[in-house]
Amino acid sequence: MADLVRLEIDGRMVEVPPGTLVINAAKQAGIEIPAFCYYEGLALQAACRMCLVEVERMPKLIASCTLPVSEGMVVRTETPQVVEARKSMLEFLLTNHPLDCPVCDKGGECELQDMAFRYGTGESRFTEVKHHVEEQQWSPVVFFDAPRCILCYRCVRICSEGMGVSALGVINRGASAEIAPNCDDHLECDECGMCIDICPVGALTSGMYRYKTRPWEMKHEGTVCAHCSNGCKTTLGVYDNRIMRGNNRDRSGINGEFLCIKGRYAFDFVSHPERLQSPLMKIDGRLQEVPWSQALSAVAGRFSEIKARGGKIGVIGSTRTTNEENYYLQKFARVGLGTNHIDHHRSGDVATLLTALGGRSDALATTDDLYGRKAFLIVAADLAQQHPFLAFQIRANWRHHNCRTYTVTPGPVREDSYAVRSVQVPEGEELDAVEALRDSLAAEPELVVLFGDTIKCDAVRRLVAFGDSLGIPVKYVCLVDYSNSRGAMDMGLLPDLLPGYRPVTEAGLEPGMTLPEILAAPDLAGLWVVGANPLTNKQLVSDAAFVVVQDLFLTETAQRADVVFPAASAYEKSGTVTNVCGEVQRLKRAVSVTGAKPDLEIFGLLAKEMKLDLGIWTPDAVFKEIRDAVRGYNVPLPVIVTGGASQTAPEGGPAGATSRPDLIQSARDTLFTSGSLSRFSKTLNSVTERPGALYRG
Amino acid sequence: MTFSPDMEAKFEKLVRSYPPGRQRSALIPMLLYAQDEIGSVTPELVDEVARRLGITPVEVDGVVTYYSMLRKKPMGKYHLQICTNISCMLTGGTELWEHACRKLGIGNKEVTPDGQFSLEEVECIGACSWAPAIQVNYDFQHHLTPEKLDRLIESLRKAPQ
Amino acid sequence: MLYNEPSPLEVKVLTRRFGLPDSASLDTYLASDGYAALRKALGMKPEEILEQMKRSVLRGRGGAGFPAAMKWGFVPRSSPKPKYIVANADESEPGTCKDRLLMENDPHQLIEGMMIAGLVVDAHAGYIYIRGEYRYLIEILDRAIAEAYERGYLGKNILGSGFDFDLYTHTGAGAYECGEESALLESLEGKRGIPRIRPPFPAVVGAFQCPTVLNNVETLSAVPAIIRDGGVAFSALGTPKNGGTRLFCISGHVNKPGVYELPMGFNLLRMIDEVAGGVRDGRKLKAVIPGGSSCPVLKAEECDIAMDFDSLSKAKSMLGSGGVVVMDEATCMVKAALRIMRFYAHESCGWCIPCREGTLWLRKILTRFHEGQGRPSDIPLIGELAKNMLGRTFCPLGDAAAMPTISFVEKFRDEFEAHLDGKPCPFEEADRTVLA
Repeated sequence: MADLVRLEIDGRMVEVPPGTLVINAAKQAGIEIPAFCYYEGLALQAACRMCLVEVERMPKLIASCTLPVSEGMVVRTETPQVVEARKSMLEFLLTNHPLDCPVCDKGGECELQDMAFRYGTGESRFTEVKHHVEEQQWSPVVFFDAPRCILCYRCVRICSEGMGVSALGVINRGASAEIAPNCDDHLECDECGMCIDICPVGALTSGMYRYKTRPWEMKHEGTVCAHCSNGCKTTLGVYDNRIMRGNNRDRSGINGEFLCIKGRYAFDFVSHPERLQSPLMKIDGRLQEVPWSQALSAVAGRFSEIKARGGKIGVIGSTRTTNEENYYLQKFARVGLGTNHIDHHRSGDVATLLTALGGRSDALATTDDLYGRKAFLIVAADLAQQHPFLAFQIRANWRHHNCRTYTVTPGPVREDSYAVRSVQVPEGEELDAVEALRDSLAAEPELVVLFGDTIKCDAVRRLVAFGDSLGIPVKYVCLVDYSNSRGAMDMGLLPDLLPGYRPVTEAGLEPGMTLPEILAAPDLAGLWVVGANPLTNKQLVSDAAFVVVQDLFLTETAQRADVVFPAASAYEKSGTVTNVCGEVQRLKRAVSVTGAKPDLEIFGLLAKEMKLDLGIWTPDAVFKEIRDAVRGYNVPLPVIVTGGASQTAPEGGPAGATSRPDLIQSARDTLFTSGSLSRFSKTLNSVTERPGALYRG
Repeated sequence: MTFSPDMEAKFEKLVRSYPPGRQRSALIPMLLYAQDEIGSVTPELVDEVARRLGITPVEVDGVVTYYSMLRKKPMGKYHLQICTNISCMLTGGTELWEHACRKLGIGNKEVTPDGQFSLEEVECIGACSWAPAIQVNYDFQHHLTPEKLDRLIESLRKAPQ
Repeated sequence: MLYNEPSPLEVKVLTRRFGLPDSASLDTYLASDGYAALRKALGMKPEEILEQMKRSVLRGRGGAGFPAAMKWGFVPRSSPKPKYIVANADESEPGTCKDRLLMENDPHQLIEGMMIAGLVVDAHAGYIYIRGEYRYLIEILDRAIAEAYERGYLGKNILGSGFDFDLYTHTGAGAYECGEESALLESLEGKRGIPRIRPPFPAVVGAFQCPTVLNNVETLSAVPAIIRDGGVAFSALGTPKNGGTRLFCISGHVNKPGVYELPMGFNLLRMIDEVAGGVRDGRKLKAVIPGGSSCPVLKAEECDIAMDFDSLSKAKSMLGSGGVVVMDEATCMVKAALRIMRFYAHESCGWCIPCREGTLWLRKILTRFHEGQGRPSDIPLIGELAKNMLGRTFCPLGDAAAMPTISFVEKFRDEFEAHLDGKPCPFEEADRTVLA
């Protein structure tokens, strides 16, 4: 290991790569050097002076957060001089701090509290009048209390460096210096709340969480965000069966510290007053609350009757329900109801991508690849708006590894600011523009291509052929909309494909009707819609169809239903979901809503009522079946069970794929919308930025 | 917003004074020169300068509030900046300051009702060997006494408008 | 032209044109050996120029006293990046008013010095960063620069040598912190004057992220004389380790305050008595701040000292920026300490905790103390807080605030104790009498 630098820290020999900062070398040796302003991955500040250490042959104490190691260096972190310096820093810091820990949201998980406890003196000699400034509300979700601020500048950096938004700045100087928002007295930004999570003290607080509870009164459940397809881990703080907050302060999960407004705040649909809490049945032309037994038996009776007479039943699945639910639903449809008329709202052409790749599973990029790979081509996608975590990963990659990014989009996108080439072309002309970048792209050592919903069917094949012709390793991400859009396809919620993209013809079946065909079929006898709202913008032609809907809310589709089952949301159930990069992660139930049941349980109860043998309907049992039966889903259980992410690898022969571009269309959500669900999030509706817009840079 | 042709020429020259891509360097001179012309750094000026230099208004505001000569509110036609730092303090700067406050009936960074005079207690202005000293706008006045200050104020009052 | 009556004890090298008619003009400059050093330097190799600079033992006149030749030597001449020469004309250290005179009376000397620095490090552009309050100097310098361009002393192919050099003035807008070299560079780049993390030092990563020579105005103004007459001749004017002369700005309680160019190592008592006409009104000397407000104060009995970097360092003070502030027996040392702390609290950039919070806290204690609300425990507390800042702040401003404070409390503890009786400052009356 000739490459490593050897140094001594507190008598321990440490070997670290050249360029390592002393604060990190110490960490590697198990020695904690306290710091406020130092934050891994963000620009160095050397401002808080908490990390001062003694270094032999250096006359003064020196900040270990900006000091690279050198061979033979001798560092001491616990000498009386260092201990004294830390005490004095904390004494200085607390002079103008309000010490309002008893009412501060951060109390109990505050870095300043912890530091004062571990390294402080326990008493102050400060007897002067404190400098006071009033608290400010910067947005519905961000509050700022300047006196609590210790000016570590983490918020400023995460906003400018991490997010590329630069909504926070520093104004005034000296003791009056203060963090300030970009629009005089308020923020106009992504409202991601990263500044709140990263704040070591209670200076930045969340509009949803402030003064609601104490951190130690909550249980913390790490689950997967219910909104977009990026699959961020969000840790829900739960008190008394209520979700009080979402965050990811422990930086666990694929997303590290990242969360956007949806993952952090938009859990509030769970307790929306319009949540359905009882089954509804149309009686006398009006939906009325009925007991579960009555609703189940009514549905079982009608479904059995339609099946028996060979009537057409259409099934529309969800992009937000779990893999287990999706798998069970298609099994229910195909085996239980004998129908192949099953589909869902498709927002990206994963099937064609997999077909075009011909089973090359190593050509699918992971979220980790977005941080690690050397070059990116973003085609027809506004990542910062629609895939904020993917955007964050690539931006971090650029900051830390100087990755090279090319964008080909119909309008300006935030990624243009650091892209090596940005091309704007009208929709439909993207691939010609990509072709024009051939020489530059071929000169890259490797490439990850991310493409949006306008690249579908033949265009996907063309894009993959282009990638193959570059002569460099190329990976792909087919962008899709929602938290389990990918899982819906993987689990075969498609009329022509079984789970794992096996053509239905392999099983001797004829492809069924697609979603628009189902809705347009005049002779449709039954329609079962699970966690979807197709009737927002489409008509159901068959007036006679018996319609069953499972949902959280009385959506347009639910209003047309004959029976509505109140479903549990992602935060109220267990199971797995698969993100845009094909990474499978586990949901953990955080709360329960009285009256609502997980869709899987509703399927199970219906199967039982219909006397169908579709197997056990617990999430674990169904996941076991998925691992055995679905190509690529034989992911390592320990990884999933411990809250990790494992990429599915759908190896094997070519899959079937549709040639119907009209079937694939993104809902074009922005950072501030989330399909029908966002209507029921007060937070998303409260920010001035809503509804946002795509391709505005 | 628009500036005088002179100011536009000045900005033009300024931006060319720095290496390509470094036009942000012109920020502080632009703000100070524009303030000289319009009296203060207004929100419109912040937005305009931010736009011209391709930075965000909050970045400009961070700069405006950092530098003590840049101000968001206009001062008087004659802005009297009285140094009370060590060399001036030793030679009567403090008393000069107190005298000026009494004489004009205003305090630090305040403006007389007629808008003619404003006062600011400033840090060392580099006139230590000719202390006590003040600056009226950009003009230095050395070896001042309360009496000389009175005469100065009177002469400024009488100066043609 | 602002200038005080010269003293016969002065050794006029940098100030030799002061008092000449129209001394700022190019004609006057040329008529008195102006640009002779540049002509000479154009015929020399960079290392030969640097050698002369080394021999001059010229140490940085901004305050730190770092050998100028060494600073220039750190610049990677062969770097493919452009290099820059930046003159620090942000003269803001209380007690200091010399750069102002150098620029007012002899702007071409500074311009010539910057160009010679450019020859050494292969720089072709320079910036003079001038504090915003010195607006009239920008006008003087801009005129001088325009004249130099017109007559071929700046611009392309200077004096037919093939050497190009462009020079610009750049105004600050009121911030002491921008006198710190890395904060100055931030300010030059249009940002808040927050110092940079060092290393890298400006010699390697300076203005616009390029290698940069950054010197005080007086340092650069000394360069033409050094090249013209040789490094040894300049060095010989001072002491072995402190070459040449320097401009001392004498202020406070002396009969003839002024800026005087004296050899390095000149005795401080003689400076007060013989150069500056002695303490005013025949009063007794109490204390002297020898090099600007950030230098620890010397008691009268410590003032029999050679004014050079090393002698003052030995006396636990500093030569600093040459601001000699003389205080007589009527001076309240608590008030002096308070005024100085008010300054640092006002000028702290706020970046790091100990400086931001320490200067404010000390200002509050000293204010209360001077108003007669002091407590016995405040006296050791003032010293301890200053020591808690010392050596632990992000940039030298914290030290600049701490060092004089520690010295005031240690050396004039009796005066602090005299303020403990709950009455207003005991010197207040005496002070007012003096003024009257």
